[in-house]
Amino acid sequence: MDNLLWIFISALLINNFTLSYFLGLCPFLGVSGRLDTAFRLGLANIFVMIITAICAYALNRWVLVYAPYLRVISFIIVIASSVQFVEMAIKKLSPELFKALGIFLPLITTNCAILGLALFSTNKGYGFVEGLVYALGAGAGVTLALVLLAGIREETRILNIPNLVKGTAMNLIIAGIISLAFMGFAGLFSSH
Amino acid sequence: MENVNQNAQEFFKGLWKENPIFVSVLGMCPTLAVTNTAINSLAMGLATTFVLVCSSILVSALKSVIPKQVRITSYIIIIATFVTVVDFTLAAFTPDIHKELGAFIALIVVNCLILGRQEAFASKNSVGLSILDALGMSAGFSFALLCIGIPREILGSGSLFSFSLFGDKFEPWVVMILPPGGFFMLGFLLLIFNWYAQRRKAHG
Repeated sequence: MDNLLWIFISALLINNFTLSYFLGLCPFLGVSGRLDTAFRLGLANIFVMIITAICAYALNRWVLVYAPYLRVISFIIVIASSVQFVEMAIKKLSPELFKALGIFLPLITTNCAILGLALFSTNKGYGFVEGLVYALGAGAGVTLALVLLAGIREETRILNIPNLVKGTAMNLIIAGIISLAFMGFAGLFSSH
Repeated sequence: MENVNQNAQEFFKGLWKENPIFVSVLGMCPTLAVTNTAINSLAMGLATTFVLVCSSILVSALKSVIPKQVRITSYIIIIATFVTVVDFTLAAFTPDIHKELGAFIALIVVNCLILGRQEAFASKNSVGLSILDALGMSAGFSFALLCIGIPREILGSGSLFSFSLFGDKFEPWVVMILPPGGFFMLGFLLLIFNWYAQRRKAHG
């Protein structure tokens, strides 16, 4: 149990996917203009990551043992198609959920955070439950980073910012400061 | 003559006018994650160049064969194939760099720059032009990686390509080789780029 908690906290705060691995930066910088959009994108991210963890486990267990060179190709294809499949299922079963997450799902599939999750959890040799917890932590971490940046960006709209700094440059510097703050979490478990 | 001019244009636009990182802000993940030293930046630049050029050749040669409905999937399979080639080649010849770059080599597959070029250029132009476009874009990408990687290594560890520059007296800015340094460096470079673009506009 301690181990699982450690995996979760580590993926959520210490090795945050967005702020310390720079994964999933395109949506991080692109869609973080508004708080509610950012939050929904984050939820969709958690959702896709959990599907990814299940797919990656299955592939590692039954396919890649025999053909390790197919790793990159099979991860991408299998994840993309299962997300597509789940998307269709949600559309039928729960239109409300589809409305909330819908447009983001295909976008997220080709996001580096998703492939990164599959590769990292393979490299770390996680089992099924550990992989799921890792996906949950990573997804929550991405959501946290998105919501933090979106919140700050909403506030900056009422400020008088010089034209030169507006846009990506400012977002990157804000992200750098958030990332600096998150480095403080590195000491959280150092006694282990 | 016009033809030569156009060819040159396809090459040089990637370097400056449509630089993938400074202007279009594409392919951010590898840009920031591996640029903590100059050598890693260079290796990432070369690996991306190889993948981009090879997949551009293949996509542009096969453009009449690939059905429109499944083109994105086909591009991804082509790109993933070349990424696997790079991954295994690096692991065999330069295991140190491969270890350092880790999963980020495999993550070249989802670099939006590469898929973007296939969709926007290689699938519509001849093989020759696609090679030029791919070379220009990847030169621009590698140039931008080095622009970030070199200052980060100099400030963060006081060295360049692992040669010590300042001797023992230098107190390194450790933050520059850590993740926040990547964000700050790119933000700073974008500021310079914006400033330059604005000035050129103002002066005509």
